[in-house]
Amino acid sequence: MRALGIIVVILTGAVLLYALGDFPSWADPTSPAHKHVSPAYIEKSLEQTSVPNIVTAVLADYRGYDTMFETTVIFGAGVVCFFLLRTPRKDRARVRRYRHVLTGMTIRVKETRKTPLVLEEFERIDTLWAPHDLIIKTACRILIPFIQLFALYVIAHGHHSPGGGFQGGVILGASLILLAISHDLRTALGRMSERLHAILCPIGVFIYAGTGALCLALGFNFLDYGALARILHVDPVTARSHGILIVEIGVGLAVMATMVWIYSNISSKGKYDEGL
Amino acid sequence: MIWQLDLAILTLVVVTAIGAIAVKDLLGSAILFGAYSFMMCLLWSIMGAVDVAFTEASVGAGVSTVFFVAAVFRTTRRTKD
Repeated sequence: MRALGIIVVILTGAVLLYALGDFPSWADPTSPAHKHVSPAYIEKSLEQTSVPNIVTAVLADYRGYDTMFETTVIFGAGVVCFFLLRTPRKDRARVRRYRHVLTGMTIRVKETRKTPLVLEEFERIDTLWAPHDLIIKTACRILIPFIQLFALYVIAHGHHSPGGGFQGGVILGASLILLAISHDLRTALGRMSERLHAILCPIGVFIYAGTGALCLALGFNFLDYGALARILHVDPVTARSHGILIVEIGVGLAVMATMVWIYSNISSKGKYDEGL
Repeated sequence: MIWQLDLAILTLVVVTAIGAIAVKDLLGSAILFGAYSFMMCLLWSIMGAVDVAFTEASVGAGVSTVFFVAAVFRTTRRTKD
């Protein structure tokens, strides 16, 4: 079976290498894609959408459907992770560990009806993974706001520089995951609860699809942001630029919520109690 | 495009890809996969596709490595085969 797998892999690789010969060489100006498609975008996109970054214009405007369903796929991944992994709250940890904040001593408590501790002096720690490092915690606490600020910049500045909803959303989600790793999962969930993830995720997709539907309601094509000119009181070209921004915000929300959602489901085995 | 740099990165792409499959330790495999994604990110940025490189760096090298590490943490570190 193993030999068969290797043979299949080698054959596929050989076919791909053989097909590579028919490809135009890299950055060949006479290749079909660069003859008709690229010049149209390069010449027209700035005057049609007033977005200097052509990639953003193509992704969010000319191929808006594609990006909308990419966002839906991300949303679907989050929902599937939730349905596969999430377990009801009944199945919570039998043994809990607490750390005495002042002395650093840890104690282990078996399952009881009530917690016989003065909880201000103790903090709950995970049974498997209990890092207690002041340097890491402080460094991450200082770093996280700047990461989030950068993520917002990436989303908002996607018109002019590389970036956009996907990248900004992932960075925003990564900052919350960093909080969960450097402190613990309960701290991160205290900042942004599971319910909030589950609500923000469809809201992001809804903002995208809703913008498209709004254009449809105003008598234009689906996702033709020029229709927003009447609502935003700008000319149609600027309206397309604003439409791209609205859509990018939706993508960013959906992606951020999904990343944190998937992470908390995987790292806590769906119990939302003890994480990585 | 500097061909020496290109060659070095392409070699590292192949090495990390084979390593990620061959290594028995799944945590090491996840880290190698992150390194592979980062090399791909460098390759995209050499070719001038900065948006794709950005996505690859944030999604491929960043978040998906964290997902893999979390999955390894919750399952097992050794492969069966």
